[in-house]
Amino acid sequence: MIEKPIISAAEAAGKIREGDSLMVGGFLACGSPHTIIQALKEKGTKNLTLICNDTAAHDLKSGKITGVGYLVQGKQFKKIIASHIGLNQETQRQMNAGETVVELVPQGTLAEQVRAAGSGLGGFLTPTGVGTEVEKGKQVILVNDRPFLLELPLKADVAIIKAKKADRAGNLVYNATARNFNPLMATAANLVIAEAEEIVEIGEIDPNEVHTPSIFVDFLVKAERLEW
Amino acid sequence: MEYIANKENIAKRIAKFFKSGEVVNLGIGLPTLVGNYVPKDVTIVLQSENGMMGLGPAPAKGEENRDLTNAGSAPVTVQIGGCFFDSATSFGIIRGGHVDYTVLGVLEVDQEGNLANYKVPGKMVPGMGGAMDLTTGARVVIAATLHFEPSGASRMKRKCTLPLTAAREVNVVVTDLGLFEVMGDRFYLTECFEPYTPEWILEKTDADIVVKNDCRIVKID
Repeated sequence: MIEKPIISAAEAAGKIREGDSLMVGGFLACGSPHTIIQALKEKGTKNLTLICNDTAAHDLKSGKITGVGYLVQGKQFKKIIASHIGLNQETQRQMNAGETVVELVPQGTLAEQVRAAGSGLGGFLTPTGVGTEVEKGKQVILVNDRPFLLELPLKADVAIIKAKKADRAGNLVYNATARNFNPLMATAANLVIAEAEEIVEIGEIDPNEVHTPSIFVDFLVKAERLEW
Repeated sequence: MEYIANKENIAKRIAKFFKSGEVVNLGIGLPTLVGNYVPKDVTIVLQSENGMMGLGPAPAKGEENRDLTNAGSAPVTVQIGGCFFDSATSFGIIRGGHVDYTVLGVLEVDQEGNLANYKVPGKMVPGMGGAMDLTTGARVVIAATLHFEPSGASRMKRKCTLPLTAAREVNVVVTDLGLFEVMGDRFYLTECFEPYTPEWILEKTDADIVVKNDCRIVKID
């Protein structure tokens, strides 16, 4: 097995270019690559399109921020595609002020769009969203008289994800509910950078235990920041 | 009659729906309370859409694991025999009809079974999260809500005015006044909670409610 380069968080952030679409793993900051997020905040790259389950938290009163909320705070996104922004008041403020475009997508549809992109599908039919605003502009297809929406795959230029453990080949193991969107995003971006708490030698992870096969991962970063 | 908001009664009544072995997803907020009142002799499997089957209670202080949360990002535990999965599998479980009950909070719910809870245009836009998938996929959709808004208006409507989370998916509405089934574009009052009366509920709710012949007056405890 070929070893994948271990790079610094700053080098990882440097691979994300102005205008890129960026997938970020995590669910309300649980399982997000916090080390790379902080480096990207420092770098200040702008005009990104975020694809993430949510925009984590930002309480404007207390000033408390988590996860990708730091990048929202830095106004690094021109567009945000997410299922939930309810705990991030700054995202809502930017959306209402017309500063950032926010596209809300049902969570299961977002997950499946990422999965579809990573597994070579042209889209999928889901009953979710029929009869709601989500249906607008989409093709409705009847299957056995039941209406479904045609949803299209969603790819990104770069995905930054977080694992509990990686081997040098890039095989990944996630922990508990920190798995969430990470293994899906690993399959759906041109460049995949995985941040891992522990990076071990090839052979030290039982092949039975691997969640994300090594071939999806381009670069590894050692996690230094674990807090949200 | 004096109205005193009572979230616990809603949670207590909903908790009596479940049979052992059933798979249940509880939304954040009021629905989460339901988990506190499931009878001791009933063992349900709680699904959490962020990727877990066998959601357990909050850990003791100091025992929190930052990799183990519920869908509201609060620290939780996993029950023995539980498991974790990614978000695509999680929503495959949800859309695939493998969840028996979903319990969701409400901004508005109407007699056609429409539910609005993710958006007040221009004001509050939290997003739908997993709610659209849950209402589409779960076998039984239970809307859990205080009967009245702070303004005094009923959350049960003839027709929702807010953007819909679910179109014609709600089966049951449980408020702190009673239990309502949704059928054929009507609410059917099947249980009225003490000390309220069906007459009072009808008077205070701007929706078409049929009081079922076998409607029971129930004391929630």
